[in-house]
Order: sequence, then C-alpha cells, then structure tokens
Amino acid sequence: MDQRRADPRGALVRPYAVTRGRTEPRQDIALEAVLTASLTQVAESRFAGHDKHRIATVCEGRAQSLAEIAAYTRMPLGVARVLVADMVAESLLTLHTAAPAEGFEERMELLGRVLSGLRRL
Amino acid sequence: MDFAGYDPAGGRPGRGIVSAKIVVAGGFGVGKTTLVGAISEITPLTTEALMTAAGVGIDDPSKVPGKETTTVAMDFGRITMAQDLILYLFGTPGQTRFWFMWDEIIRGAVGAAVLVDTRRITDAFAPLDYFENRNLPYVVALNKFDGAPQYEAEEVREALAISPQVPLVLTDARQRDSVKQVLVTVVEHAMLRLQSEHGRGFPTPVG
Repeated sequence: MDQRRADPRGALVRPYAVTRGRTEPRQDIALEAVLTASLTQVAESRFAGHDKHRIATVCEGRAQSLAEIAAYTRMPLGVARVLVADMVAESLLTLHTAAPAEGFEERMELLGRVLSGLRRL
Repeated sequence: MDFAGYDPAGGRPGRGIVSAKIVVAGGFGVGKTTLVGAISEITPLTTEALMTAAGVGIDDPSKVPGKETTTVAMDFGRITMAQDLILYLFGTPGQTRFWFMWDEIIRGAVGAAVLVDTRRITDAFAPLDYFENRNLPYVVALNKFDGAPQYEAEEVREALAISPQVPLVLTDARQRDSVKQVLVTVVEHAMLRLQSEHGRGFPTPVG
C-alpha cells in the first residue's frame, strides 16, 4: 500500500474501495444467477451511487447473470458480487434462482428443458 | 434476444428466470473460448476474479512484496433458450495453478465437457483428474485441429485412461452444430447419471 502511495502517477483505485473494503457478500450469489432491474429500480439506483446505478442499468430490460454484470461493468467478480448482493437486499435488483440443485424431479425437468433448448438451436 | 414478455416497469419480484451452466474445461489453448464462441449468442465475455489476501487465502501477499492481487480470467457465453431459461457456458482458466477457481465455476453446473487437443494429449491429464475427483458428470471432446494426428477415439480413451462410462466425442470447436452435439451429449449424460443415482438412492449431485 505504501508503494502505491509513493507512486508519482497517483493512487490507483483499489478494487474493493467501491465496496468500502468489504470482500464478503451478504448472500452468496452464483456466477450464473440472473438479475433484473425494473424501470423503478433503475431510477432508485441513482441514489445508491455510481457503481450500483451502472449495475442496475446493465440489468434493465434484460436478465443478466452476475458474471455478465462483472464483465459489462469491468468490475472484478468479487466486487460485483458484494455490490449485487447489497442491491438485492436493498430491493434495487431482483435475484432469480439459478438451477435448482435439490430434488430429483426439479433437476430432471430443468435438464430436459436445457436438452430440448439445445436441440432446437 | 430480449425478453419480449419481460415487463420492465413491473418490478415484481421473483419472476423465476432459471439459469443453468455447462462448464468447458481443458488445457491452455485447447479451444475452449472458440467452442463457447461458436454457439453463444453473445461474443464471449471475460470476467476477472482477483485473488487477494481476503479473497482466497492461497496466495499470501505478505510474502510477495508489491504483489497484492492476481487476476484470473474466465470466458463465458450465453444461450437464451426461453423467456425464463438461460444457459451459460463457462470456460475454465487454462492455467492449472488456478484450480481453486474451478470449484466456483463447477458449483451447481449441469455438467462439463473436457476439451482435448490430440497434439498435446497430456495436457488433458490434469483436467480429467480434476473431474474424476468431483461429483460432476463430464464428457470428453476431442477437438479436431487441422493437421493434428487423427487418433481413433478408443486409442485416446485408452491413452488417457478414461473410464468406459464417460462419453467421448469428436468435435470441431469452430462448428456450431458440432459444439451443439457436444453440449447435447453433456446434458444427456447428466440426465442418465442423475437417473441411475436416483435409482440407487444416492443424493442428487450438486457439482
């Protein structure tokens, strides 16, 4: 950290500065879990800071996974995960379920849908 | 492809868009991103994970002066199958020192395809070994590179000691239809595995 401060080009923004140093998300969110933001949520996100507003904008009108949010906003995955988990808790984003991991019937049904989806391509 | 019926003004929670993922693994430069790109509706995206002291605990930055983080990149693609169903394809980082990232990538996955380059067949040992020790259904896909030696599938199976239960397919990672067939094989294999484990009263695999 001291080396960074001594850098004559000035301090780089440390990756977790936007999360105020928190590296643990409030809830674990899978890489492929998708999130959406309504127009209302996008509007409200303006008051939650630049980074959260950017995230909400990415999810407006199109469901985006955590991985996509990180890629489009160029945030490291861990940073995006902390912010997204906050936004879900603050009702600025709607979290949809990733693949159900439990229950034979549910899992088979999902696999069947994925299979027919692939065959239709 | 947008969600035609998605109501952006609605804001109703939990519309229940389900997402699933298939993992594409293999050694460095084996064609994982090519495979993903051949079938993804978006140009493959890259997301970066930082390995920090607080993050993973494998790299101890205090022992590496001036080096606080390492970036691990993974490429992925997307196939929107229905208004409420999205399939993601995640490529694993090629460098084997990033194994810890694989655990995160495979969590909850439908299954995996391990891509093998017949010119560098030994690169497949580490990824295959990884999946052998995880409860995730996987198939082996031999990527046909131009000018690469053409082996019989069974020769490769023997060389890599792939068990008879694991499907082995030939593919051209540049060709959409060929990639589609690989993914179909992954899902079919996952369904068979799930069915047989269910029949024997095993718990549902969660990857």
